[in-house]
Amino acid sequence: MEHFHTNPELNYLTNGHSLRSWLLTEDHKRIAMLYLMSVTFFFFIGGLAAAGVRYELMSPAGNMMESETYNKLFTAHGTVMVFLFLLVAIPAVLGNFLLPLMIGARDLAFPRLNLLSWYLYMAAGTCITLAMLGGGADTGWTFYTPYSSMYSNSNVSLTLLGVFLGGFSSITTGMNFVVTTHKMRAPGMTWFRLPLFVWGHYATGVIMLLGTPVVAITLLCVIFERTFQLPIYSPELGGDPVLFQHMFWFYSHPAVYIMILPAFGVISEIMTAFSRKRVFGYHMIAFSSLAIAFLGFLVWGHHMFVSSQSMYQSVIFSLITFLLAVPSAIKVWNWTATMYKGNVVLSGPMIYGIGFQGLFLVGGLTGPFLASYGNDVHLSATYFVVAHFHYVMVGGSIMGFLAGLHFWWPKMTGRLYNDTIAKWNAMLVFVGFNLTFFPQFIVGWMGMPRRYHYYYFAPEFTPYHILSTMGSSILGIGFAVPAFYLIHSLFKGEKAGDNPWNAHGLEWNTSSPPPTENFRYKVIVTDDVYDYDPVAEHENDMLAAGGKA
Amino acid sequence: MNWNLFNYPMNPPSASNFAAEHDALFYAIVGQALFFGLLTFALILWFAVKFKKGSKADRSSPQYENARMEFWWVLIPTLLGLATFFWSTKLFVDMRTPPKNAKEIFVVGKQWMWHVQHPDGVRENNTLHVPVDTDIKITMISQDVIHAFYIPAFRVQFMTVPGRYTQMWFRPTRVGKYHLFCNMYCGTQHSEMGGSVIVMSKRDYADWLAQHGQVRENLTAAQTGEKLFNKIGCGNCHGAQDLIPRGPSLRGLFGTTRETGDGRRWVADESYIRESIMRPAEKVTKGYGVTMPSYDKTFSEEDIMNLIAYIKAGAGQSIPTSTIAAAMPGIEVRDATGKAGLNSNEMQFKSERADATPTRRGKAPAVGALAVEKGDQQ
Repeated sequence: MEHFHTNPELNYLTNGHSLRSWLLTEDHKRIAMLYLMSVTFFFFIGGLAAAGVRYELMSPAGNMMESETYNKLFTAHGTVMVFLFLLVAIPAVLGNFLLPLMIGARDLAFPRLNLLSWYLYMAAGTCITLAMLGGGADTGWTFYTPYSSMYSNSNVSLTLLGVFLGGFSSITTGMNFVVTTHKMRAPGMTWFRLPLFVWGHYATGVIMLLGTPVVAITLLCVIFERTFQLPIYSPELGGDPVLFQHMFWFYSHPAVYIMILPAFGVISEIMTAFSRKRVFGYHMIAFSSLAIAFLGFLVWGHHMFVSSQSMYQSVIFSLITFLLAVPSAIKVWNWTATMYKGNVVLSGPMIYGIGFQGLFLVGGLTGPFLASYGNDVHLSATYFVVAHFHYVMVGGSIMGFLAGLHFWWPKMTGRLYNDTIAKWNAMLVFVGFNLTFFPQFIVGWMGMPRRYHYYYFAPEFTPYHILSTMGSSILGIGFAVPAFYLIHSLFKGEKAGDNPWNAHGLEWNTSSPPPTENFRYKVIVTDDVYDYDPVAEHENDMLAAGGKA
Repeated sequence: MNWNLFNYPMNPPSASNFAAEHDALFYAIVGQALFFGLLTFALILWFAVKFKKGSKADRSSPQYENARMEFWWVLIPTLLGLATFFWSTKLFVDMRTPPKNAKEIFVVGKQWMWHVQHPDGVRENNTLHVPVDTDIKITMISQDVIHAFYIPAFRVQFMTVPGRYTQMWFRPTRVGKYHLFCNMYCGTQHSEMGGSVIVMSKRDYADWLAQHGQVRENLTAAQTGEKLFNKIGCGNCHGAQDLIPRGPSLRGLFGTTRETGDGRRWVADESYIRESIMRPAEKVTKGYGVTMPSYDKTFSEEDIMNLIAYIKAGAGQSIPTSTIAAAMPGIEVRDATGKAGLNSNEMQFKSERADATPTRRGKAPAVGALAVEKGDQQ
């Protein structure tokens, strides 16, 4: 594919129709499409598991399954959603597709590694799926030792192997992002002309590179201990069970920033494009991404306030966790200020984006409850924590993914979907989501521990679980509907044209869908990032309105 | 602060000394979160409507950077966060610092039950009886995987880790029955590994001890430890004086500073003693060789706790009385034969005494059957 002169009639989708041209492609856009199909599939699997968990919890004594099945179900939900969806969705789909387009490059720095990362991801998905089909693992997605290494009689090793392979997929993706951002920018694309989406993915790539090897070796050690009785974590063999928690969270806390930083990037793009105004405090948002990436590595101990780590350790971790709240707050307020004196267009992606902000606000503002360890002693590992991280992961990461998918769908496919349905669906997801997870704050505050199958000894928790299950049904519909109207748009949608949103950015300067080589001309960047003019636009609007009158 | 929407409880009961301050901190953060959350989301919605494309709002002189504004909205959350941090630190340090004279209760967690041992020998499973208005220190350990001992009404929880003692303390303030949960996922019946904490008046608690003390041998933990000490023959090496080169004496050892051959120093606390029993070669006292065998597979956690209680009591030739029980109001000291010398009036036990074990497993296995259980697990 080294020829620079493809037929102008062809775009990346029509340039080759054979299965081979898809499975051996080195085109970042096709790889993003492969990823899109696979993450959607796994999201469906994880969602089914979540539905099973929620319906089982409707009654205090359960009525669908045994405890063992329930445990395997929430483990499947957690493992699939975290390792096969959240860590992958925005970076590997939107990031892969857009990063080269946004910086004016022909492709990522290592196209073959990019293809390898998808195969590794599929191998990971295969391992985890096989483990589930063969009876499942029952350790929870956190795989705490010594239960996972010495006591569990389920398919832990195969699941861990899957996660291990998924880690390599993550590393290659991260390396690609970092190197591409450094080396592949078009002439004139300076660091401060980079879209914030690129900044977010750059920070994400750094986290993937530095963190993932740690969790890979940690989980490999669990496999070794299970298989060869190597004394690492089990005190019976002379190991240290809390060591696992340290090493696991050293990666898995930064991992939540792998899930949310790309979503920040997406929302930054959407807020500026639909406010028709340059984003407020560009430098602050860019640097807050880097600050989050850096500080994210220094807070892993806040998962372990009640796990026998020393009191002084907890003090440090609590303090840094509070500091970490600041960059997140900066971003939300900057987005708010971006809308001020803009020309806000309330399109489908924008409603998803505003929904993201509402949910992420709740998720972020419930962080301090858990960061202040005086409270965390009571709230740790209760449904309060479950609600908090679902607000951030689902309300943040998945809303961000949906917002980005709607925003760039015309660019990816060249088709327009029905914007009205998208708007209503965004509101439906928002309502269903709040109904699902807000009651869990209350029930967690009342002391309901997470990962509980039965609670017949505490019937006062029942109404909140019923509310939550009702909400999850609405949420399920809200997540299913986009699949229908987006697929419908592929066949019946209007042609989108190069720039349907009238947005500013290199990716909108090429055709939709883009050609295989991304740009049919030599890219030289001369204008500033987000070069909107809200005042002139407003005057034009007024003139148009006056002209009509 | 109880906005009752459905006539259902929305708060956990408050029954310990930590509850009031904990809830004050909680609601202070609720206030912060509501203020910032509602303010920000209201602004977002307001701007979305007011500056909707084509509306007649004033859009002159838009700003894209404003260092002063950015400075303020970095500073304000930082200061609020720091204030919250200091308050929560004070609370946390209180929670993690047990008072010196607290009544000590031992807890062993294992799949899937809590084994509780009161200092004067009374034992119970999945239920914890405590006297009201008394400082209680819980020293706990796990027999197998990580569990967490969680009492929502007291706002306390801590993990029990295999191979390591953890501690927490509280002072119950309201008589009643409260939930006890395991809060760290530990396997199939994780959700049923719990029961009740029953807070009783001091009087009732004394009666309860008197009645339950008959269930097993009427020995204090230290006395049980002494029996074991003699049965195993620890005294052959750990005698009344240091026996060089066989072993140092354990008399008055607890709480002293020990020095190993390579000059490192350790305080002889519970964890040190436990490690010295399980892995004697780790920290060999100066002047002795590695002669002691490991008792790793010999003792259950409960045995070790009893041995520690014995060593704590001085490891003399006979234990006078449990000092902790002596400190309990309403309880007379027992004599060395182990007969309870409680106040003679046979008061009926009045507090609600349902056996709150929620499990469907029927009888829990005896503590001695651990090796068998482990064999089943692997």
